[in-house]
Amino acid sequence: MSGRPFLVGTAAVGLAAAGCTGINNQSALDPAGVQAGRIHGLWDLFLAVCVIVYVLVMAFVIWAVARRRGGSDRPVTAPPANQDLRTGVIVGGCVVLTVVVLFGLLIADFLTGRGIDSLAADADPLVVKVTGHQWWWEVEYQDPVPSHVVTTANEIHIPVGRTVRVELSSSDVIHSFWVPNLHGKTDMIPGRPTRTFLRADREGLYWGQCAEFCGHQHANMRLQVVARPEAEFQAWLAAQRRPAPEPTAESQKRGQQVFLTRSCVLCHTVAGTTAQSRVGPPLTHVAGRARIAAGTLPNTRGHLGGWVSDPQSVKPGVRMPPNPLAPDELRALLDYLETLK
Amino acid sequence: MARTGTLLAVVAVAAAGCRREERDFRPDPPFSAAAVYDREFERNAYALAEGKRLFVAMNCQGCHNLGGGGMGPPLMDAEWIYGFGPSQIYETISKGRPNGMPAFGGPEGATPGVTVAGTLPEYQRWQLVAYVRSLSGLADKDAAPSRSDHMKGKPPENSKDPEAPQVAPPDAGDKPK
Repeated sequence: MSGRPFLVGTAAVGLAAAGCTGINNQSALDPAGVQAGRIHGLWDLFLAVCVIVYVLVMAFVIWAVARRRGGSDRPVTAPPANQDLRTGVIVGGCVVLTVVVLFGLLIADFLTGRGIDSLAADADPLVVKVTGHQWWWEVEYQDPVPSHVVTTANEIHIPVGRTVRVELSSSDVIHSFWVPNLHGKTDMIPGRPTRTFLRADREGLYWGQCAEFCGHQHANMRLQVVARPEAEFQAWLAAQRRPAPEPTAESQKRGQQVFLTRSCVLCHTVAGTTAQSRVGPPLTHVAGRARIAAGTLPNTRGHLGGWVSDPQSVKPGVRMPPNPLAPDELRALLDYLETLK
Repeated sequence: MARTGTLLAVVAVAAAGCRREERDFRPDPPFSAAAVYDREFERNAYALAEGKRLFVAMNCQGCHNLGGGGMGPPLMDAEWIYGFGPSQIYETISKGRPNGMPAFGGPEGATPGVTVAGTLPEYQRWQLVAYVRSLSGLADKDAAPSRSDHMKGKPPENSKDPEAPQVAPPDAGDKPK
């Protein structure tokens, strides 16, 4: 056992682990909800037990190496008379200890699973339907009144402290819904509805990620969960229910015409216009979203222009085709898209 | 001698794996599909699969019903009203046809009648052409899509035996199909 590489390795692992928390709020080690908190508790328990076991095993290995039977000049001593008994007691004891430790971890795991499911007992959860598409998330807020159903994409707004029942499905291949700060993963399987429950206990913006390989742009299939107070959430929901504002300026009107006569209208919805296709993400309030292309780019005019013109250079294989528009048409289209607040 | 033969066979098999199918995500404009149609569309599994996806996404199945026909004529049989050649099908998709086939290539030059609001990019129309031809077995079996991910309405395209295509007179479109 040479000291230096071991120390360097330990330091590298420590540094890497330190980097795990806090990056863009996408970390299971920084729980913001009751379930992620339980998962984090289980992780801490496993970490502590495994560290103790590792240290003990390594200590015995080092002790055994140090206590070797001497060099070639020293005679080999005869084994003690009760050698078999000693070996049996030590091996048997360690086996029993291992079984006890593993069984303890199993019970902790079982109790955590039960605790995670406790949110399902909530009588009046907010219901959000999330559908996975290659490679974006369709988010639908259910409501008994059909005209109050809100559909958006890649952003889930939830009220702090309220249980959210997330109904999951997929339109194409198997995806997996994972917002590490709030909960573990749940698969989204075509033809088989699944569900999960979330509750954010503090305000914040939490990143989520598709956690099941789903094709070319799996890594760029991200979403944001925005948790904020109930009143703010209700205001946001009411704003989302309104159709898109009518364009006022001349360039915005031209942009709307570009939208409705080029490829855009074939796949996207803008409520209040003839664009009603559900193939791609709905754009009724796209200017109010923080990111475009399923979390890939910030929603700025430059990024939006680049994305509309040539999405294949940003996300190769994405379903959106390149749109070679004339410069004035593209400017008008961007003017229009920026009004969709 | 036997060892040389085995070695040659291994090399030949390995070399056969070199030519991987290319997926062209961004056909560079200006785009002339007629020259590259065979290689990049009808013999390309990715293009055929994209055509299959667009066939549902662009609501072709709303009238043609996954190839079996409904309000529109069936596409998996041997009979073609407006021709079975790739460029003829491309015309049909782009400019539409009388009696309800909408134009997906924009309003310019479209057959009077139904026009889809919006313009499907050229290369996606060619992907549709390739898929439509695969419905009646005109595309190669080694590239055509196999079983569907969703409920099946018909046998997979790659187990469809080629139909001997025949062109019916255009007025045949008047009678219900």
